[in-house]
Amino acid sequence: IQSLCSRSFSTGLQTVTLIPGDGIGPEISSAVMKIFEAAKAPIQWEERNVTAIKGPGGRWMIPPDAKESMDKSKIGLKGPLKTPIAAGHPSMNLLLRKTFDLYANVRPCVSIEGYKTPYTDVNLVTIRENTEGEYSGIEHVIVDGVVQSIKLITENASRRIAEYAFEYARNNQRASVTAVHKANIMRMSDGLFLRKCREVAENFKDIKFTEMYLDTVCLNMVQDPTQFDVLVMPNLYGDILSDLCAGLIGGLGVTPSGNIGANGVAIFESVHGTAPDIAGLDLANPTALLLSAVMMLRHMGLHGYGKKIETACFDTIRDKKVLTKDLGGNSKCSEFTAEICRRVQDLD
Amino acid sequence: MTARSICSLSRALKAVWSDRLALSAAARVHGAASCNQRHKSTYTSIPPPARYGGRHTVTLIPGDGIGPELANHVRELFRFCCVPVDFEVANVDSSLASEDDINNAIMAIRRNGVALKGNIETNHNLPPSYKSRNNLLRTTLDLYANVMHCQSLPGVRTRHKNIDILIIRENTEGEYSSLEHENVPGVVECLKIITRPKSLRIADYAFRTARERGRRRVTAVHKANIMKLADGLFLECCKEVASGYPEIAFDSMIVDNTTMQLVSRPQQFDVMVMPNLYGNVVSNVCAGLVGGPGLVPGANYGEDYALFETGTRNTGKSIANRNIANPTAMLLASCLLLDHLKLHAYASMIRRAIISTVTEARLHTADLGGQGSTSEVVQSIMKAIQSTGPMTLSI
Repeated sequence: IQSLCSRSFSTGLQTVTLIPGDGIGPEISSAVMKIFEAAKAPIQWEERNVTAIKGPGGRWMIPPDAKESMDKSKIGLKGPLKTPIAAGHPSMNLLLRKTFDLYANVRPCVSIEGYKTPYTDVNLVTIRENTEGEYSGIEHVIVDGVVQSIKLITENASRRIAEYAFEYARNNQRASVTAVHKANIMRMSDGLFLRKCREVAENFKDIKFTEMYLDTVCLNMVQDPTQFDVLVMPNLYGDILSDLCAGLIGGLGVTPSGNIGANGVAIFESVHGTAPDIAGLDLANPTALLLSAVMMLRHMGLHGYGKKIETACFDTIRDKKVLTKDLGGNSKCSEFTAEICRRVQDLD
Repeated sequence: MTARSICSLSRALKAVWSDRLALSAAARVHGAASCNQRHKSTYTSIPPPARYGGRHTVTLIPGDGIGPELANHVRELFRFCCVPVDFEVANVDSSLASEDDINNAIMAIRRNGVALKGNIETNHNLPPSYKSRNNLLRTTLDLYANVMHCQSLPGVRTRHKNIDILIIRENTEGEYSSLEHENVPGVVECLKIITRPKSLRIADYAFRTARERGRRRVTAVHKANIMKLADGLFLECCKEVASGYPEIAFDSMIVDNTTMQLVSRPQQFDVMVMPNLYGNVVSNVCAGLVGGPGLVPGANYGEDYALFETGTRNTGKSIANRNIANPTAMLLASCLLLDHLKLHAYASMIRRAIISTVTEARLHTADLGGQGSTSEVVQSIMKAIQSTGPMTLSI
């Protein structure tokens, strides 16, 4: 089980591959490193760059030292990556996904006390299948003016994501898993997805399993998000719903995200953009990356440290004295970081 | 000639001239009108409503769940207001495998030109040979535009205020093409089809509607960064049509960002146009934002036919026959029907009464957080009509 897989070295430290990213990436990564140091978390960071290079055979790939580091440590923390427009290679996120077979995108959405949104008491997790579905990228022009895009659903991928969803629910004490689908219209594809979810549910009788149409989920989500717990779904619905839920709690600047891959690899990331306009000006908000790092600690079994850092972060936001600009304050990133470090040390 | 007959003659001539202007504006869009060409009368592109003896005939499909009881309330209300509409009921039994029921309903709609329907349940555990009856109706009758107007209603408590969004959703192709196959066991492919003529058609419909209603901005919702060819084509068609409407601003937004913006700041949107599946998501999100599925009516328009229903198309199985369903959406849909039949006086009268009833918190049904029953709401609407309106039947 992935959540119990922790590789400790003789010093008791666990290695994590850190990918700072572009734009505000480096500053928020150093903020997270400072906070972890203040919390005395047993993490050893290995910084790597993942800008694509052309490997043998002309195929784009991530640099071999980055791949080697990830394969050894199995855990990664990633900042925002710039999407190149005319660089000739595909997006780095796509490359990482393919390299490590990151099949599950997990986004826990919990309302942040102190950051007011019209929705309070949101506490749900969206688990999205990340390798196939509508984003297979298979498109054809049949005749001029008629385009078809293929949505691919396979038994293996559906079973894998369903199994992950139920295991996650069990390991994190969640009560129910809801499969989101549109099988009334897409009978075979979503029908297959649903059948696999039902089969897997048989092995997890302690977790309640329900099915709901995508439109009903959207309708109910904006009226009463407290009725949802864990949601599992194919790629496109997951994309839309996970961003919808991020909007409920305050946007991408405060939402953590984790990608789980085969062979025990897990990469946690912040999903906001690189914000080139504020890069290097010490104005960035490290909350998203910090909460993703907390998610990483929980995944590694270091629940104590995770709770400590999360509490410090939420307390700082709730107090509203030291907040970055996007949270409604006018402090600098370094001040915000220092405040969290202080609270973490006080909590000891 | 008396003065009155001169007035009526000039009014009639004005009507013909405005139809001519509308026709020339419609002819500007090339390509969009080329699909679905049939012999049409040349003096107007919109068929005149069927009036026999001064009364219209409208096909009524009760559907499942709360459909039948809501259809009865519509009939009751129309009878009370002496609306000159007769309903031809076409029942569709969703449990039968044969498609005779739905084909008869389609024939009835072709005959009458207009229909009002409840949602027909689709059992998604049945094999793919059993198609969704609702989808069949929409594609066979080529009801290409689904229009949903989401407005904040006074008296309904929601988290966001001042929402006024017009959602125009392509209704016949996209992900709902029902083309699926299993080439290899365990691997299923589902085709999403986007075509140039249909995209142009829906974009033109959106801009035309925006112009008619005095709207200032149209936003196209897409996912063209991932589905570069399919949604790329849709976006391109929207841009093409936008160039012909310089007074209306046009922008586009990716669907996941759109949902995020909708839950944080929905007031920024005006008119939205999009393909089928995103339309499903966005219209349900917007309906939830203004108060839920019981409040928003939906309309499906084609070249020749129009079909009215509740906006979010819910069957409401769990609340069926318990007198707790909210009739507002269905009754507002019947007002849209009356507007389509050009019975504007009746439509405004009934709509005013419905809105005044919705503002009364004591009459709110369960979905709005109250304890009122469906019949109480309908009675209140009829009382409101009687107190303000002309002759009606006694309650």
